[in-house]
Amino acid sequence: MLKVENINVYYGAIHALKGISVEVNAGEIVTLIGANGAGKSTILRTISGLLRAKTGDISFEGHSIANMAAEEIVRKGISQVPEGRRIFANMTVSENLEMGAYIRSDKSGIRKDIDKVFERFPRLGERRTQVAGTLSGGEQQMLAIGRGLMSQPKLMLLDEPSMGLAPLLVKEIFSIIQEINAGGTTILLVEQNAHMALSIAHKAYVLETGRITLSGTAKELSESEAVRKAYLGG
Amino acid sequence: MRAKMKRDLTGLAGAVALYAVAFGLMEIDLIGAFWQLNIVLICINIILAVSLNLITGFTGQFSIGHAGFMAVGAYLSAVMTVKLGLPFAVAILAGAIGAAILGFAIGLPTLRLQGDYLAIATLGLGEIIRITILNIPYVGGASGLMGIPRYTTFTWAFFAMVLTVFFIKNFINSSHGRACISIRENEIAAEAMGVDTTKYKVLAFTIGAAFAGVAGGLFSHYFYIAHPASFTFMKSFDILTMVVLGGMGSITGSITSAILLTFISAALSSYPEWRMVIYSLLLIVLMIYRPQGLFGNKELSLKAFGRLGGGGQRGTAQNR
Repeated sequence: MLKVENINVYYGAIHALKGISVEVNAGEIVTLIGANGAGKSTILRTISGLLRAKTGDISFEGHSIANMAAEEIVRKGISQVPEGRRIFANMTVSENLEMGAYIRSDKSGIRKDIDKVFERFPRLGERRTQVAGTLSGGEQQMLAIGRGLMSQPKLMLLDEPSMGLAPLLVKEIFSIIQEINAGGTTILLVEQNAHMALSIAHKAYVLETGRITLSGTAKELSESEAVRKAYLGG
Repeated sequence: MRAKMKRDLTGLAGAVALYAVAFGLMEIDLIGAFWQLNIVLICINIILAVSLNLITGFTGQFSIGHAGFMAVGAYLSAVMTVKLGLPFAVAILAGAIGAAILGFAIGLPTLRLQGDYLAIATLGLGEIIRITILNIPYVGGASGLMGIPRYTTFTWAFFAMVLTVFFIKNFINSSHGRACISIRENEIAAEAMGVDTTKYKVLAFTIGAAFAGVAGGLFSHYFYIAHPASFTFMKSFDILTMVVLGGMGSITGSITSAILLTFISAALSSYPEWRMVIYSLLLIVLMIYRPQGLFGNKELSLKAFGRLGGGGQRGTAQNR
């Protein structure tokens, strides 16, 4: 479904991604794990068109999207839930969700999908007219995910959804991700919480300073000696 | 849709009524020449403040070069009427289009900058426009373009103001407006939602510049002269003060503060040295007690007044 082939990305003179290749098949949850600064978010931002690869290609459903503008990529069916949630703090919960459906124009469909989000996240439904900046961290993350669903994506890019959340909430968020995946949305998940990520993923890539050092099924990786030592605490 | 049209029509009717009252008072000389001038000035300042609010308040692009676009409108329209003998309406339109084109040309490269950098760039560009005009002998150079006929009447100023407010209010309430606000709220998230951020930033900048051009045209055709000294960065700051005082992202806030500040400077016109002191004090007090501006990003509406009277709740502004 998504094929990232040998991309090189630079921040000015800094070579951030060194020949990265990633493949995501339809229906999968694929996770990218690695330490701070390994380049995980950079990969997502390059896929969603917020950054450009200098060389290499990215294709989605057989068409190259490497040179497409971010809004075209959203239209193709890739939606990003950015790191640190980045909700629209001064808009209400409902308005945030409406913004998520920015590229759509079917008003009744948007209504229906907003109700669906409220069904999935009842706490957001209770707070639909509340200004989003006043939500708790967990609720904001739910809103960010709900907003990401509003564009009816085929592929959802999730950037560290567990960041800054209590363990119980992390569990909740991850089970929601699994539900979304079961509903037919393919997921590319970037995480520092390797343990949680590997527990729900089908396939995983380990990233170190801009290079992929390991890849395989989530099961293989969680059993691998190197991963256990580096990311799973022995 | 119906309800919206009804609201628009009520607003328009209110504006016409206000116009009739003010016009009547002027006719019977209850409002003298001095206050007539200030009322025209209020209209012009409202156009400037509301158009800058679209750029700075709603789209979040900090611009301190608004006087530059006003200057373009002032000079271009004056050239149309004085040098080419064209009708006033054509001149105003030309001023607006000229300012819009310049706004577009300047916005395209500079709106890549963010925050302080954009502020510095727009400050510089405003001055570049002024100094360029200062060095064109065709429009009078440093002595200004003189002998401009006084075509601007209260009627012109008032309805140009109403048109501006109406246009920008409807723009803000459309999906385009929502896109602009999302850029202010969080540019990266807006882009991730599929908003073409560059397009909307440039669009807001261009529309804002166009209306500043209209204000400039009205200004020069009221005061008989277009002079470079009227469009220094101090003028840009004046406009910015109105936007910040009223509340970034509140149209009614901009209108209120444009009226308030024009009145204050009129009342203090015999003590020009005190004007800036009062201005500064006002801003300091505001920043301490109400950093989001008088109205924040809320709008003043009749409904809010109703609530104020009925429920006895505090606060005069309410959410859209």
